[in-house]
Order: sequence, then C-alpha cells, then structure tokens
Amino acid sequence: MSTGNMNLTLKVWRQKNNKTKGALVDYKLAEISPDMSFLEMFDVLNEQLINKNEEPVVFDHDCREGICGSCSMFINGRPHGPKDLVTTCQLHMRSFKDGDTIVVEPWRAAAFPVVKDLTVDRSAFDRVIASGGFISVNTGNAQDANSLPIPKMQADAAFEAAACIGCGACVATCKNASAMLFVSAKISQLALLPQGQPERYRRVQSMVAQMDAEGFGNCTNTGACEAECPKGITLENIARMNRDFASAKFLSEESI
Amino acid sequence: MSDINSNIPEGELTNKWTKFKSSVALVNPSNKRTIEVIIVGSGLAGASAAATLAEMGYKVKCFCFQDSPRRAHSIAAQGGINAAKNYQNDGDSVYRLFYDTIKGGDYRAREANVHRLAEVSANIIDQCVAQGVPLAREYGGLLDNRSFGGTQVQRTFYAAGQTGQQLLLGAYSALERQIGMGKVEMYTRHEMLEVVKIDGKARGIIARNLITGELERHFGHAVVLGTGGYGNVFYLSTNAMGSNVTAAWKAHKQGAYFANPCYTQIHPTCIPVSGDHQSKLTLMSESLRNDGRIWVPLKKDDNRKASEIPEDERDYYLERRYPAFGNLVPRDVASRAAKERCDAGYGVGSSKLAVYLDFKANTERYGKIEALKSGIQNADKETCMRLGTAVIKEKYGNLFDMYAQITGENPYETPMRIYPAVHYTMGGLWVDYNLMTSVPGLYCTGEANFSDHGANRLGASALMQGLADGYFVLPYTIGAYLSKEISVKAIPTDHPAFVEAEAKAKGVLDTLINIKGSKSVDYFHKRLGHIMWEKCGMARNAEGLNEAITDIRALRAEFWKDVRVPGTSDELNTELEKAGRVADFIELGELMCIDALNRNESCGGHFREEYQTEEGEALRDDVDFAYVAAWEFKEGVNFELHKEELKFENIKVAQRSYK
Ligand SMILES: Cc1cc2nc3c(=O)[nH]c(=O)nc-3n(C[C@H](O)[C@H](O)[C@H](O)COP(=O)(O)OP(=O)(O)OC[C@H]3O[C@@H](n4cnc5c(N)ncnc54)[C@H](O)[C@@H]3O)c2cc1C
Ligand code: SF4
Ligand code: FES
Repeated sequence: MSTGNMNLTLKVWRQKNNKTKGALVDYKLAEISPDMSFLEMFDVLNEQLINKNEEPVVFDHDCREGICGSCSMFINGRPHGPKDLVTTCQLHMRSFKDGDTIVVEPWRAAAFPVVKDLTVDRSAFDRVIASGGFISVNTGNAQDANSLPIPKMQADAAFEAAACIGCGACVATCKNASAMLFVSAKISQLALLPQGQPERYRRVQSMVAQMDAEGFGNCTNTGACEAECPKGITLENIARMNRDFASAKFLSEESI
Repeated sequence: MSDINSNIPEGELTNKWTKFKSSVALVNPSNKRTIEVIIVGSGLAGASAAATLAEMGYKVKCFCFQDSPRRAHSIAAQGGINAAKNYQNDGDSVYRLFYDTIKGGDYRAREANVHRLAEVSANIIDQCVAQGVPLAREYGGLLDNRSFGGTQVQRTFYAAGQTGQQLLLGAYSALERQIGMGKVEMYTRHEMLEVVKIDGKARGIIARNLITGELERHFGHAVVLGTGGYGNVFYLSTNAMGSNVTAAWKAHKQGAYFANPCYTQIHPTCIPVSGDHQSKLTLMSESLRNDGRIWVPLKKDDNRKASEIPEDERDYYLERRYPAFGNLVPRDVASRAAKERCDAGYGVGSSKLAVYLDFKANTERYGKIEALKSGIQNADKETCMRLGTAVIKEKYGNLFDMYAQITGENPYETPMRIYPAVHYTMGGLWVDYNLMTSVPGLYCTGEANFSDHGANRLGASALMQGLADGYFVLPYTIGAYLSKEISVKAIPTDHPAFVEAEAKAKGVLDTLINIKGSKSVDYFHKRLGHIMWEKCGMARNAEGLNEAITDIRALRAEFWKDVRVPGTSDELNTELEKAGRVADFIELGELMCIDALNRNESCGGHFREEYQTEEGEALRDDVDFAYVAAWEFKEGVNFELHKEELKFENIKVAQRSYK
C-alpha cells in the first residue's frame, strides 16, 4: 500500500560546507506515493543514495508537524513549496504531478550562511531575541495570573503574532533579506500585552539594532514575507513595530 | 523491599515540600558565581532550569542538538497544561490534582513527588503569564480552561492547539535573556555523548560539535539531563525525529539506574499509518475528545462511508463501556478499547486499523446555542451546522487543517479516522526526591526522568512536570548538593577522566564509520521499531517478550556488523548522528522487554495479556509489584534489578474504574 506511481526528477543543491562551492545535482525518483510528505520523499532519495554508497542530502527537520520551524528549503523558487500556509514537512506529494521536475535549494540570505546542502545557520534569530525579545521577569514570585485580566481580542491578537515558528522563510524570500516580519511578530506579541509595556520601547530599539548588526536588510514593503509565511503572520505587525520604533525615538530615556 | 533510598523528607505529605524549601542549605551568591552547572537539553525542562539557575547566579552551560533551543521537541505539544487553580470553581484543589495523577498513573508513582508537582502547578501558570505567554482567555479577560482525559474538572490551560509552542517560547525567551546577559553559554548543534565521572561524581560531559564533528570536554560541578523521552525506540511515534535516548543511556552506562522502562504511553488519537514510507505519526490533540464522539460500526467489516451508517448502527463503545467518563477516559483505557474493537474486526478505513472521531453531534449542539444567542428559535439543521462549524473552527481550527493536510480529507464533513500511537515514555532515569540520579551530582528532569506519572500519564501533565522541575523544583534541590561543593575548584579538562571519556566517545564514532556494511541506519531502526511495536507495544505477553529479546540481540549483532554510515566523523554527518542513537535504542529496547517481562501484572501503559479482568481491564498486582523497577547496567549489556517500594499513605489504593 505504500509505494505510489509518481516519477520525479529532483534538482537538489549540494554543497559540502561553507568553504566550498555548491551546485544543483539531478536525481531521478520513481514510485513516489502522493501520500508522502516532501521530507518523506527526501527520505526515499537518501535511502537510495546510501544504497549507492553516496552521501545523503543534509536538511534540517525535526517535528515534521509544522511547528518547530526546522525544515527550510526553497522548492521551485518558493520557500516551503507551492502551497500557502504550510511548512515543507506538511507539504505532501499530492501537491505535485507525475513527471514533474522539482528544484530544491537552501534559504538564501547573507545572515543565514549555508552549513551543508540545504542546511543553513539561523542563529542570528536567537541573537535578536537575546537582545530584548522577552519580558524581564525572574522565576518565583509572579502575581496570580488572573489578577491581570486581558481582553480576549487582545490576547488572541498577541497569540496570533506569537505563532511565528522562526523558520526564516520571510527572510529567505525577501529581496532585501529583511527580518522585519520575524522581529515584528515578537515585538507585537509583547506590545499587545500589559506585561510587555514596561520594556516596550527599549525592546524595539535593541531588537532593531541587533537585527541590523546581524546583516539583515531593510524592509521596502514588498510583502513577499507575508505571502510566504507558513503561519500567516501579517504585515500589520511590521506597521506596529515601525510605529513603536518611531515613538521610541521621541521618548526620553526615563519614559523608555 | 527497597534497596535504594529515594530521600523523601520526613513529615506530613502536605508539608514535606514547604519544610524542605525552608530548611535546605543555601549557597551564598559569591559562591554561586564560581559554581558551574551543565544542562543538557533546552526543552521545557532544560530551558526553564537553565534560565532559573542562571538567574540565581550559577554559571550555566546549556546544550541542545537542534540549531536553536526554540526547536526542542516540547514545541510540538498541542493540548494544554494542567494546574490546580480552581479558576472554574468546579471543586479543583491541590489534593484533587494529586489524587487524579496518582490514580491516573495506576498507583505506580511516588506520592511525595506527585504532591509537590500539584503544589507548584499553580505557580507555573503565574510565571508563564508574567512572561507574556498568550494563554487562551474568556471574554471577561480571565484565563480559559478545558478538560482532559482522566479528570472531571476543568484544569487545563491552553493556547489554541499550540500550548507547547507558547510555553517553550516563554522558557526560551527567559533563557535567551540570560544568554544575552552572558550568564548562560548556549551550545546549539551539540550532542552530548558521554558523562564524565570523577571520584564517583558527575563532573562534566563530552559533547560533539555537530557541525565540525569535534569532540569537546565540558566541566560542571553538577550535570542536569533534560533530554526528553525515548518513544522513538518504536521508530514510528509522535515524537520529533531527533528525539532519542542517547544522553540518558550513556548516563545509565555510567551508573544511573533506568526506571520502569516498559511504561510507554500510547496515545489514542493519532492519524493512522498510511504506508510504510511513513516516518512519523501525527497526534490529534486529546482535547478533541471533549467534542468528538468515538465510534465504530456495529457490524463487522462494514465498508459503507461514515455518513451512510445510521445512528442505530453505530457503536459508541467508550460511552457504552465507561458511562461516567465516556469519551474522556484516560489514554491507556481509550487506546486499548480502540485496539480491542479493531482486533475484533470493527475497524474502519482502508487499513481497518482506525476508529471514527466524530464532531457532528457537538457541532450541531454548538450551532443551536449560537442560533439561540442571536435570537433564532428553532434553527434548521443546516443553520445549526453552519454556526456550529464556526465554533469548532475557533476551538480546533489548526488541528483540523493539519488533519486535512495530511490525509487529504475534510474533517468538517467526514469524521476523522484515528488510531493509537506511541507518544510518551513514563520510564526514564531513576531519580530521588531531589531529582538526582543514582550518580551523585547527575540530575535528570522532565520526560527523561521516571518520576511523576507512574504507569500512565494523564494528558497535560508532561508540560506541567517539565516546567515544575525546571522553574521550581531543581533550583532548590540542586542547592542541597552544590552547597557542599563550594570548595571544589573547576577541574581542568585534561584530567584523565575527561581524556578517557572522550576516547570512549571517539571509539564508538570510529567504529560506526568503519563498519562500512550494507544496510542503512533507518533499515535497522525500522526493524527494531517493528519488533517493539508487535511484541512490547499496546499489549504484551511473556512469549512475545522472550522472542523480542532474542530478536533484538540478533539485531544488535547484525547492526554492529553491517550498518553503513557514509561520510566521515569530522563534518556535519546526520547519518552518523542517527547511527549512534539507533545503537542506543537497540540496547534500550532489550531492557524495555526485560522490564515488561519482569512485571507480571498489568498497569497503566503496560498491559500484559495474561493479567486482565474478565471485562478485559488491566489487572494490577499491588502485593508483588507496587515498586519502581530500577535497573542497573552491568558489563556486556546485562541488567540488575533494584526495587524502590512505593508506599501509599495518603491515598487508598483501589482498582481504577472510569465506569
Ligand atoms: C505531539 C505531542 C503532543 C504533546 N502534547 C502534550 C500536551 O498537550 N500536554 C502535555 O503536557 N504534554 C504533551 N506532550 C508531551 C510533552 O510535549 C513532552 O513530554 C515534553 O515536552 C518533554 O519536555 P522535555 O523538556 O523533557 O524534553 P524535550 O522537549 O524533548 O527536550 C529535549 C531536549 O534535549 C536535547 N537533547 C536530547 N538529547 C541530547 C543530547 N544527547 N545532547 C544534547 N542535547 C540533547 C534536545 O536538543 C532538546 O533540547 C506532547 C508530546 C507530543 C509528542
Ligand atoms: S514570520 Fe513567518 S516566515 Fe518569518 S520566521 Fe516567523 S513563521 Fe517563519
Ligand atoms: S520539521 Fe518542524 S516545522 Fe517542519
């Protein structure tokens, strides 16, 4: 019941490491089932390569449920492939046709250097969070959670921004390799909550500074990030972040 | 009977933790700055511990194998987290959470630990909300709750179907804050391969930098493992692909006892297997059982579509067998009941290994309420379904989308097909009340330890335990140990123990690369998984377990002769990583079968076919088996059993009944 009848040609980016040059390599695959996920199709390819004593294609993945944000690849020129609102691990082969040629490349952005094959280094995102993407609260003496009522609409809006999985598709697809969607999602989440107010303006300044330091480009409002984000994070967040960033400039040190 | 000491404090159950906290030795701040703690793992358990210990002033090094701590497996948890807040005023209390957990675990957990867990549960919610975790709210602005299997109160806090993600991002941001302040050194894409012991105490680890392949030596006054569960021993499970037992297993080989390995939780509501290309199974959150009714056709081998089967030809078997809890019986009970129906020939779908989870009745009910809310009396069925669908979408939208994505079917129109799958492991490294393993200075938290769930975990309790351990328990208990270590200077990593441990790790890697056999790592992993699922899965018997042990030994021999690992060890080599993990899974698999064979009773997630009641329910043996089985590793993959007797002084041990 497992094997299907799809035949495919894959053109996959192979690059030994950060110091060597990479190139697209052709692979033929047969008997692919439409029920397989894109990564399971890669498992089949890798099994084939190992059987031929070749090195399998390296790609990041873990949860295979669309939530960890590990899997990252350009498929036919789009991050996470042809379908909206899904990650590569949740993309199924029934989205392709028998006989298709599929081109697979790694994320492209100066701030995301290639590690090997399709794996890139996204640690810049962590450094942006470390620069201020949090609420400074120590463990142990938090007040009772219900002593801080938050209107449902506001909590829901914060949750929607918080749904970002840190995959980096927004950066990879942006012609400027801007990280605005990612950064603004975190900024919005915390800016929409009462807990986030005390550090609100300090946060936006330090996160934006770190984002720039990491070599992410600027936002020119093309909107490709929103179109390709697997979690539906909206441009509204960027607007909110820009507003907060502008306000921060006019505030004195004490009010920040 | 006990030959190991669990170090449970004296005194009344309800006072043990409070008394412990106020009498435990403290480490003075200037000493904390010189004390180093290694934390392996950055899931809920590891990240919360690393953030808290750093905040207390210790020097912390934290490790994970993913590229970012935010991607730890905890991120995938869907349903929710329990806490005894009694916000719904439905009679919840610390005692009731304690009681439900002990009962849910089939009386195979330690009272003192479980009570402590229930006590700190409320603080977890406070802490997370303070961090900005956007938990679900009601219109009044207060936190919302839902119920989960095995309980009759609403104590589960959630963030749509992404609770684990939000809680982990909370802990991750606390951790990143400490990293930003230079108080935690984070080592991503690093895999711990050995524990280093000096004079009997854990003093560090050997970790492999997964990018360069380099082996690194790291010293710590104490080492904490928060490395998650080992469900992937079954190959197919709901766990993330990288989840593994290696850290715990290497610790086990260094003297840490492995407790109750045979307790595996099988989750009742997963998307069924569609073919053998499949790499993992996807969970449909248990919260769906709040609004979904589970049924199979009354007639055997009924090939009609669900919609063509009339009400009176459906068997709502959970509601029939367990009227008090119905669709909300605990996981072990729901899983076995599904298997029983499928084995008897009533399964649905092309594989016949599935049952229906049907939302129609509740969609209509919600629709009726919505209609009334907007003033429509006697709304017709179609209107009710339309309005009700919106309610269902609001509650479970992302899960429904995920189901549609994977199966290509629309669950708003036809019932979901579900089947049980391996989900969580209750066994793990044995720890005492302080969360310390049998190796002094080596601690274990979260899913990697055995301690709080007994033979079965109630839903929404793993997240609770992970955060309880990391935020509120370990930071106190580890102080008890570290207060005696303040005069120990950092041990240089050229110490012979480090050299030896590194050589050992290198030896394993070299061997794996040099076998140059003919079969891929996955080939062996799939075979192991097959043996485990067939013979040590949802139901076990002595005959099957004995066969499994023989089969696994043969598989191990074959693996070390014939595995093929392409590439080298001084580069990013994902096959090499997998090979090391599968090697450890094979040894663990044998121990799981040995443990299952030893336990001549049925309890929770361990169902021995020889021990069941006439109605097919698990039959416990409290006289002979009310103990924790703690296994010690002996030369050449042998194991010696130690027993920790379980005393129930505050709860009357009874037959579990959900009828
Ligand atoms: C699909 C799914 C849904 C779930 N839903 C719920 C739910 O709704 N409610 C609930 O309470 N529970 C749920 N659970 C269970 C719960 O998610 C886990 O038990 C819990 O998150 C485990 O947390 P942890 O911190 O112990 O381990 P993990 O989150 O697994 O973290 C392990 C960490 O250890 C690291 N690590 C492992 N080995 C090594 C090594 N050798 N070297 C270096 N680093 C290593 C990893 O990198 C990772 O950072 C769910 C589980 C699954 C699979
Ligand atoms: S904003 Fe969207 S695309 Fe960007 S990292 Fe987050 S989830 Fe990925
Ligand atoms: S593997 Fe986790 S999002 Fe794709």
